[in-house]
Amino acid sequence: MVENRPWLTVLSHAVLLAGVALVAFPLYITFVASTLTHEEILQVPMPLMPGGHLWENYAQVLTAGSHAGAAAPVGRMMLNSLVMAVAIAVGKIAISVIASFAIVYFRFPLRNFFFWMIFVTLMLPVEVRIIPTFKVVADLGMLNSYVGLTLPLIASATATFLFRQFFLTIPEELAEAARIDGAGPLRFFRDVVLPLSKTSMAALFVIQFIYGWNQYLWPLLVTTQESMYTAVIGIKRMITGGDALTEWNLVMATAMLALLPPAAVVVLMQRWFVKGLVETEK
Amino acid sequence: MEKRVVFRSAWLPYALLAPQIAVTLVFFFWPAAQAGWYSFQLQDAFGLRTEFVGLSNFAALFRDANYLHSFKVTALFSALVAVSGIAIALLLAVMADRVVRGALAYKTLLIWPYAVAPAVAGVLWAFLFAPSVGIVTYALRQAGYDWNWVLRGEQAMLLVVIASAWKQVSYNFLFFLAGLQSIPRSLIEAAAIDGAGPARRFWTVVFPLLSPTTFFLLVVNVVYAFFDTFGVIDATTQGGPAGSTQILVYKVYYDGVKAADLGGSSAQSVVLMLIVIALTVVQFRFVERKVQY
Repeated sequence: MVENRPWLTVLSHAVLLAGVALVAFPLYITFVASTLTHEEILQVPMPLMPGGHLWENYAQVLTAGSHAGAAAPVGRMMLNSLVMAVAIAVGKIAISVIASFAIVYFRFPLRNFFFWMIFVTLMLPVEVRIIPTFKVVADLGMLNSYVGLTLPLIASATATFLFRQFFLTIPEELAEAARIDGAGPLRFFRDVVLPLSKTSMAALFVIQFIYGWNQYLWPLLVTTQESMYTAVIGIKRMITGGDALTEWNLVMATAMLALLPPAAVVVLMQRWFVKGLVETEK
Repeated sequence: MEKRVVFRSAWLPYALLAPQIAVTLVFFFWPAAQAGWYSFQLQDAFGLRTEFVGLSNFAALFRDANYLHSFKVTALFSALVAVSGIAIALLLAVMADRVVRGALAYKTLLIWPYAVAPAVAGVLWAFLFAPSVGIVTYALRQAGYDWNWVLRGEQAMLLVVIASAWKQVSYNFLFFLAGLQSIPRSLIEAAAIDGAGPARRFWTVVFPLLSPTTFFLLVVNVVYAFFDTFGVIDATTQGGPAGSTQILVYKVYYDGVKAADLGGSSAQSVVLMLIVIALTVVQFRFVERKVQY
């Protein structure tokens, strides 16, 4: 602070509080709606204080889904989302860390070619190659399976980049010392590189977990059975069209369940999250 | 930068690269090549025969008024999302950079929407603005404003912009805050000693120093609005009413999956890939120059 300007400090707090309120407003209304009955929501305006049907609504969606829309239990969907998010995060980190190790610590023919090949995938998001990717997965018989949900999303140019940048900062002396001591590349990887990469991995895990959990288009295409829906898809399937028909109390309970795990990850692992976010965009 | 100390092995590097390359080939290059191939094909109504038609899918695309309209919609949508998301985030970051007390609490309370899936963000806002039961709709009606995004194009656009920008503010906020905190205090102090007030210091010292961050965020936000907002659109307006929120990515999906127009959808995919490549090149050329102000 360069100078003391009390009115400006007050203004800062006022703007920040307004920002926080604006950001939290939809979440609050969602929470309130998830504690009401369908009839209470239909009276306009709906109550702005939480009602008494919290357990009822959440138990209903977790075990049985909605009455009018999709009747698949959300508990199962959350399990699917969890499997998808963890598999994508772990898979991305695993294949990227070994690929970057090969690119940084070895000289071999076609090294740059492979590097560019991985780099170019940055330019091919799922959204632009929807139909052909779907066909490939269908031909491989991977529809409605965890493999089909996760494997196509596992390749990662950003993670490979991140690890490459990080490996380049590891002092040369460490590799020299390892070689003098007679350690082979795999030994060096396991005993030196992996322990040093822990923080980068944690940061990347947070980002990729959120990415995996929040996937929408891909599970929408690949899953046709209710038992394979993810939580985010489940919400969409509960909205039947028509304000009055949609059971908003159950939809909103599902929305709360779908957004709480990644939000908890962001808030509880804030340090890793910020690190991961800033580093993956370098 | 290259390592001086390297290991030697004839097979190990290839084995380490194999999983990444295999996934990339099967799920990225092969489908992308197929999209390119299909874009030159015309399929009959039953999907039994295909015929090579050269560039006529592309020609048809650019004659199609709906497609050109979708371009305009996408441009408007991404401009609104990027500008509003960046402006609000900058304001909040400047304020958060000023306060000493409660800075961490504000930060925590502002960043969590990043974790909300675009589709869920869409559902949340669609409920607030729902034509018959929405609480904001009710407030607007009380104020004498007739709100019904199901029927009105510009209101539907506003809804998807709000939902998309709301989610992106947290991301922009973090980058602006990091940018603000890396500005040397001595520069601000020097300006203060020269008699510049807070507003003048912001526009003549702080904002120019933030310009690399702002430009970076502009590119990232445009990419976000182009591709990641599919969930917002599909969960709320589904491109309607009458195509007024049909962004390019949604049209690729709609034409390919719902309308089963393989050639047309693939041609759109190819156009989109070219746009992504252009945006990526812009982003990386900028990264090279990031250090200069």
